[in-house]
Amino acid sequence: MRPPLIQLQGLTRTYGRGDAAVSALRGIDLTLFSGDFLAVMGASGSGKSTLMNILGCLDTPSGGHYGFESIAVETLNQTQRALLRRHRLGFVFQGFNLLARTSARENVELPLLYRGLPAARRRQAALAALDLVGLSDRAGHTPAELSGGQQQRVAIARAIVTDPAVLLADEPTGNLDTARSHAIMELLTRLNRERGLTIIMVTHEEEMAAYAGRTLHLRDGLIDRDSAEPDATSCC
Amino acid sequence: MLLNALLLALREIRRNLLRSLLTVLGIVIGVAAVITLVTLGNGATLMVKQQISALGSNLVVMRPGQRLGPGHDEAGAPAFRREDADAIAAEIRGVASVAPVVSSTVTLVAGAANWSSSVTGTTNAYFAAGNWTLAQGRLFSDDEEQAGKAVCVIGQTVRAKLFAGEAPLGNTLRVRAFGCEVIGVLAAKGQGAMGMDQDDTVLMPLATAQRRLTNSRAVGTVMISLKDGVSASTAIADITALMRERRRLTTAQENNFSLMDTRQIAETLSGTIGTMTTLLGAVAAVSLLVGGIGIMNIMLVSVTERTREIGIRLAIGATGREVLTQFLTEAVALSACGGLAGIGLALLACLGLAAALNMPFLFNPGINGLAFGVSAGIGVIFGYMPARRAAALDPIEALRRE
Ligand SMILES: Nc1ncnc2c1ncn2[C@@H]1O[C@H](COP(=O)(O)OP(=O)(O)OP(=O)(O)O)[C@@H](O)[C@H]1O
Ligand SMILES: [Mg+2]
Repeated sequence: MRPPLIQLQGLTRTYGRGDAAVSALRGIDLTLFSGDFLAVMGASGSGKSTLMNILGCLDTPSGGHYGFESIAVETLNQTQRALLRRHRLGFVFQGFNLLARTSARENVELPLLYRGLPAARRRQAALAALDLVGLSDRAGHTPAELSGGQQQRVAIARAIVTDPAVLLADEPTGNLDTARSHAIMELLTRLNRERGLTIIMVTHEEEMAAYAGRTLHLRDGLIDRDSAEPDATSCC
Repeated sequence: MLLNALLLALREIRRNLLRSLLTVLGIVIGVAAVITLVTLGNGATLMVKQQISALGSNLVVMRPGQRLGPGHDEAGAPAFRREDADAIAAEIRGVASVAPVVSSTVTLVAGAANWSSSVTGTTNAYFAAGNWTLAQGRLFSDDEEQAGKAVCVIGQTVRAKLFAGEAPLGNTLRVRAFGCEVIGVLAAKGQGAMGMDQDDTVLMPLATAQRRLTNSRAVGTVMISLKDGVSASTAIADITALMRERRRLTTAQENNFSLMDTRQIAETLSGTIGTMTTLLGAVAAVSLLVGGIGIMNIMLVSVTERTREIGIRLAIGATGREVLTQFLTEAVALSACGGLAGIGLALLACLGLAAALNMPFLFNPGINGLAFGVSAGIGVIFGYMPARRAAALDPIEALRRE
């Protein structure tokens, strides 16, 4: 069998310390293969964003193991994790996190800049990515001049422009109407099928989760249900 | 990578033009103020030195009273006589020329024009002692000096005021009640050490001035020029001994006259101006400091504002070092622009002021470097340090800070 792309073992994340400590993740075990399309669901506060941040190397787990392509992420220093983000990961934030006063195109170009692409190729790739999300006519607009849904799509374009191995999307359709949501999901499905892009996506809507091959339900920082393993707790 | 950082930094500067301009402005003003004040101070000191050396290098001035300079006390001290000057010329070794001087300020009239100026009664020795040369005409003749004839030599300012477009030689100048024939015109000398116009002067024989202006045989000042290589302090000691004898002072009595040589005068004056320069420099340093605090403030606020931006850049794959390089480049670019603009502004201000105040302009690389270094240093340190803190965070931490 092929080696797993992502492997979590007993992953925990605790915010704060002492009496004020909040356990957002309390021991997550998860194995993902290249080309998987995973939907993460669960009630608000169940730890979905926390899990995504750790998977995206944006946050440091409190305990447990995170393996990415046979690298133990918990042993990496900040710079090594930055390089992992740069070359392998694309992240769509729940709150977009676009640079203010910067055009959509420049926002999308930014990850390519850190990859050292020349200006002409950056521009070309950014416009192509914006075209994929249906925003080629808004390339020159700044986030303040875009609707919430349009900002969301710029954020998606920024995450996929580098052609990453894994796309992590925290509620990518949270701000979109149904038609737009389906268009985005179809785009993600196509990227998943055609480019073999591994996708991990948080969503509240069953309808959107249905696009994914596998659905994970979180509850109070633990995996409650996993469509790939009908009885999640008796793994291995 | 450095080029990348520079591009990013330039884009950031353009994106936050107002903030960048404010930062630069603080540096510009700080740098320009310090450089301008110190440069002008240096120029003033140099000017005083030049003017004093133009006065004659080895000149001793003798006045009645106990000391020269501020607080000079002449009351009760007997005045000199022409004979004192003659005695010094005859008996002191190393003396080149001795000029007794009386002056008063008088209104002069020539034709329809009138002008108030300083009239000095003296001898031909004055021209040598004061480093004066004639532009036209001649000096006093022996006969004129002895008889106190009504003749005069005028300075360029007096010539311009009273004989505009007219040949002055042979013309008559009315000095108070008597007419005085102009026999010579002095070459221009320009501004004196205290900013007074040295060319605004009229010279006449001592006897003429004593008889017709001051109505007394007193001599106010004696100017003694020494031969080259003669020590001023030896000459002053000899003159003091001679004068004490002539004035019949007993050993218990203090001098009732004082002597000062030009080097002493020069040192006194440039010492005063040096103190002023230091003082101005201190004021300017405070303004640089205040400017620096302004820069710090703007930089600190902007980094707080930009912590989220740092988080975004980290999240999409920038390393902490790259973000820092960008912020550092930005801070260096802004500070350097500000510093250079400040130097440019100071240069313009110095050139303009030096021309307006008729002062020499001295470029002082030390103060330029120092002012630039301090302001740029502040800009760089305070642009860089807070960014360093933010760049060391987990991206999600940086993103959470609002
Ligand atoms: N920075 C933080 N400090 C303290 N507690 C936190 C922090 N971030 C999240 N939490 C807590 O951790 C738990 C999980 O939060 P998380 O953001 O992962 O939830 P979520 O499943 O993404 O919810 P939502 O669907 O509302 O986005 C919550 O109880 C939350 O209060
Ligand atoms: Mg969330």
